[in-house]
Amino acid sequence: MPQWVDACATDDVEPEDVIRFDHGGQTYAVYRSPDDYWFCTDGLCSHEQVHLADGLVMGDVIECPKHNGRFDYRTGAPKRAPVCVALRTYPARAEAGRVLVELP
Amino acid sequence: MGKRDYNLLGEDARRAVESGLAAAAWYHTEVPRKVMKDLMQRSDQPAIRDTILLYGGMIVFAALGIALWPHVWSAPFWLAYGVLYGSASDSRWHECGHGTAFRTGWMNDVVYQIASFMIMRNAATWRWSHARHHTNTYIVGRDPEIAIMRPPAFLKLIGSFIGIPEVLQFVPRMIYNAVIGVHPEEKTFVPESEWPKVVRVARVHLAIHAATVALAVWMQSILPLMVIGLPRMYGAWHHVMTGLLQHGGLADNVVDHRLNSRTVMMNPVSRFIYWNMNYHVEHHMFPMVPYHALPRLHEAIRHDLPAPNRSIAAAFREMWPALRRQLASEDYVLHRELPPTARPYRLDFHTAALGTAAA
Repeated sequence: MPQWVDACATDDVEPEDVIRFDHGGQTYAVYRSPDDYWFCTDGLCSHEQVHLADGLVMGDVIECPKHNGRFDYRTGAPKRAPVCVALRTYPARAEAGRVLVELP
Repeated sequence: MGKRDYNLLGEDARRAVESGLAAAAWYHTEVPRKVMKDLMQRSDQPAIRDTILLYGGMIVFAALGIALWPHVWSAPFWLAYGVLYGSASDSRWHECGHGTAFRTGWMNDVVYQIASFMIMRNAATWRWSHARHHTNTYIVGRDPEIAIMRPPAFLKLIGSFIGIPEVLQFVPRMIYNAVIGVHPEEKTFVPESEWPKVVRVARVHLAIHAATVALAVWMQSILPLMVIGLPRMYGAWHHVMTGLLQHGGLADNVVDHRLNSRTVMMNPVSRFIYWNMNYHVEHHMFPMVPYHALPRLHEAIRHDLPAPNRSIAAAFREMWPALRRQLASEDYVLHRELPPTARPYRLDFHTAALGTAAA
């Protein structure tokens, strides 16, 4: 049963940046877009299991810190080799200064 | 450890996977997120400037070389053209392959394709081999880009300064890829979805080289080959000189780039040709930092790194004797002295690779 989980404070993440969030033995990446929307994906790159939160957010794209593969973090779609497999995405929203993500 | 098996399908490859070495996390110096975000920022401006200088220089030198051909006075212009074609293309291939040189994606892709052609690497295959090089840097049997295997093959290394082994490897592989398809070894690191690209790129390269040879035969002159193809050989020396220093003589089978990579301070001309890859520990530790920010990254983390070599000559003075010692003992390595504040990392793997010096 999916549930909304408190991931972090909105102040924890600058616009156009990402933060790591661990929950229930899983790791996630929570993004704040340049226009202040919130998104959440799997935390590890689908290529070689590196934490995406150490990477670079450029507009709607997250670049993996290890091999520079890119994903559209809004949809999880791969955008640049060496990544080929999409990330899972999870609904996210801000509420009263907190960021909530809906996890399975 | 003794005899090493560099075959990607061999015994050492199997052992690296089974022991967990191939999947281990690598050491990173702690850098505040704000600083790292700033260092990672992309910009088109430095790479556009450098690309205009590079291609502009190539056009001028080639034009002068052709104008003075076959007089001996054309030689200096060919030597300069050759270094830009056969050496600067290596660093452009590298940085644009990472996608960090330009902010704009298509600019990275265009320069990457041109550089891949000039340095004689299949643009599709090598993108993946380099990803593996970053995953498993100098892990025997896993890294397909180990330039100096043990024991060092000195004749091959010296031949590399004029591109002989690389061209002898490239030409049959290009024909194989163009006619038959992807080689079984390549299939270990290139995903199946990319195989058609490997074949397509090989066919384009083959067509251009065949047309150049045909033109040379028709003109009964090697002049077309002086412009396309041969500069990969007569201009290779600079990228081999700098490239051998990246990891030569240092540890293999470790998961700390401070132990297996070398940062060398270099003159501005070499840094332009090499696009700052002399900051090699820094590049491996943080590959998302573009070339133009590497000097700043070096300043930010140098407190946690071994002291860099002071010059190309100093680095060779360190590396060459070590390579000679590896002829007699494959396990001999140059141990990197870490700063006293540096914390030890993965002694389980490193003791196996370095003995008691790892501690």
